[in-house]
Parts: sequence; C-alpha cells; structure tokens
Amino acid sequence: MDNVKDSEISKRTVFVTVGTTCFDALVRAVESKEVKDGLLRRGYTHLFIQMGRGTHTPTKSVGGDGSLSVDYFNFSSSIADHLRSASLVISHAGSIFETLQFAKPLIVVVNEDLMDNHQSELAEELADRKHLFCAHPQTLHQIIASMDMESLLPYHPGDATPVVEYINRFLGFPDA
Amino acid sequence: MDEGKGCFSSCMASNLTATVVLIITVTVILIRVSYVIYWTGKPVRRTCRKSLSTLVVLGSGGHTAEMLNLLMVLQKDRFTPRFYIAAATDNMSLQKSRVFESSLDDTTGKHGVAMQFVQIYRSREVGQSYITSVWTTLIAMAHALWLMIKTRPQVLLCNGPGTCIPLCIIAFVFKVVGIRWSYIFYVESIARVRRLSLSGLILYKLCIADELFVQWPQLQKKYPRARYVGCLM
Repeated sequence: MDNVKDSEISKRTVFVTVGTTCFDALVRAVESKEVKDGLLRRGYTHLFIQMGRGTHTPTKSVGGDGSLSVDYFNFSSSIADHLRSASLVISHAGSIFETLQFAKPLIVVVNEDLMDNHQSELAEELADRKHLFCAHPQTLHQIIASMDMESLLPYHPGDATPVVEYINRFLGFPDA
Repeated sequence: MDEGKGCFSSCMASNLTATVVLIITVTVILIRVSYVIYWTGKPVRRTCRKSLSTLVVLGSGGHTAEMLNLLMVLQKDRFTPRFYIAAATDNMSLQKSRVFESSLDDTTGKHGVAMQFVQIYRSREVGQSYITSVWTTLIAMAHALWLMIKTRPQVLLCNGPGTCIPLCIIAFVFKVVGIRWSYIFYVESIARVRRLSLSGLILYKLCIADELFVQWPQLQKKYPRARYVGCLM
C-alpha cells in the first residue's frame, strides 16, 4: 500500500492537450529530445499527450531508467480528470481557462499555423500577468528550462455580474 | 404634332413625379435610419415590468462557455422566452445550452415557456471558395431572415461568432421598418485583448449594438464607445 502511495507521489505527469484542433507542431515539439530531457531534468516522469486531430503519432515509451514514459490518445470526454492529475499542463491556446480553473502550472503554446491568431493575444496577456507561461513550438524547451513556478500567480475567475447589471439597467429593469 | 407634345410633357410629368417620390422615399428612409441610430445605445427611461423575448447567439467552444457564464447570472424570469441559435456545423453549443436550460432550478413553475434551440446556416465555412460562398451567403441571409421573422426577439445577446452579424443587421432593419424594436448587446470575447474581432468591429462601426462590452481595459481605450466590464471567465 505504501509502495503504491510512494509511486503515486513520485509520479509527476505532464499533460499535453490540443483540444479538437490539429497541432502536430506541438506534438513534435514535446517529443523532441530537448523538451523530453528538459522535462526529466525538472523532475517529471510521465508525458501524456492528447493529440486531437493531429496526424503525427508520437512514439510510446514505458519509461523508467532515466527516461520519460510517453503515452497518447486522440480525444477524451473527461479532459478534466487528466488536468486534475497532471503536475504540469502544456496546451494549445484554446484550453486556457479550462486549465487555469484547476490551478495547474500551464505553458500555452501558440499555434503559428492558424490564420487569425488572436488566441496568442490572450496567452501573452495572461503571461504578462504571471498566470501562465507562453511559448512557441520552437521555444518550448527554453521555457521549460527557465520557468520559475514560484513566480506564477493564481488566476481568479471572472464574473459576469457587471455585464448583467448594465444590461438590466439599460433595459429599465428595477434593481433587484 | 400636338399629340407628340402632349406625350412629351406627360412623360416629363411622370418622370418628375417618379423623381419626387424617389427623393421623398429616400429622405424618409434616411430620417428613419438616423432616428434609429440616434436611439440606439440610449438606455430605456421607463421601468420595464414585462419579460423580454431574448435571442442568444452561440459560437463554438470558448464563445459558448463565456455566454453560459453570462446566462448563469442573468435573471431568467426577465429574459424569457429564450431562443438559442448556433451554426449548423456546431453540434456542441446547442447541446451545452440544452444542458444549461434543463439544469435551471425551475421554482417559478414556468416550465411551459418555450425555449427554442435552432441551427443556422453559416455564410461561409472555413476553407470554402469565394465563388460558392456568394450562393451560401444568400441562403444564410434568407435563413436568418426567416428565423428572425419567426422569433422577433426584443433582446439579442451575442458574443463573437460571425453568425450574429446577419441576425443583428436584420434586427436593425426591423427597427427601421417598424416590425420590432430590439436591443442588441454584444460581448467581445475574452480572447480579444488588443483588437476587436471582425464581428465586434462591424457592430461598433455601424453603431448597431446598443452596448458593446469588452473584457480588457486596453481595448476600451482603443474603442472609447465600448464598455469595459472585466473578465467573464
């Protein structure tokens, strides 16, 4: 029993998610030697990749003996469970708030292949506010090497009440 | 000779009448359009005691999550009945809104009020050619018009997807023609930090939305008529 607990504690999973998009550049980046070595150096043991509609299939690996365990799947209805059990999340820009609500360290990787790439605006803004780290596929290994977890600030979810109050006042509804 | 003259002068007269009628019509339309634009964005002065029929335009993914956050705090008894519209290619959003509606704690006993969930054709899918998109745009506009005639909402809530543009323009035309006066609220997506989306920009420039909300202060600085409300997520 204790052994199981020990292995649970020492298991540190990096969860990579691309949502329903195709983001092969990210899958290839996390599979690169630089990134895998960087993750090992930072004490991560498992790499779990949700590859979405991507065509590039990662190579599975059982890990151990100073190497990273690698596994992947396409889609899951319970991304939340994977996010909850992860120690670090690397995601495309579309899943930012889903991850932040679990208060997990997050690296958002910007997909440069998207035409209208407004998602990167949000990632950069939240990185400036220290809620996450922002990277590009080719700079991911540098971010992993240099990131300072202590500098991250928790994100407090927003609130739609001000909008609703404005709308109510505009339409002449009496204040509740 | 006289006959020819008579025809000439009667032709002139009818031409003149046509011109006068045209000028009057255009003037009346222009006055009416300016009147609608003048009153757009002006808060209602009298107290509203009735519920208002509301059209909610859903987008994919993140847009829908933001909209549901807004609906969560909205006084459901004031904004009823509610119509949900999503793109025909988007199966998730309507499903989420159905789950949301059925999760509402219905203590008012007004469960009979019809909530409608409809899908709308998009004018252009990602990657579609421009030639075929002329035809699909026409179909999309006709479909939007049909849906608007059927629902005639008093309030439109939208937050980003391009599908809201035809609906908002039709709502504006309804105001001009006098079919239905409606209020249009547009919430720019949280993903827009530095620039408005195309939908937001169109509604902002054409002064169609009564209120255009943005979620980042720097966006409000760039577009002064927008209203900053903080993050919804």
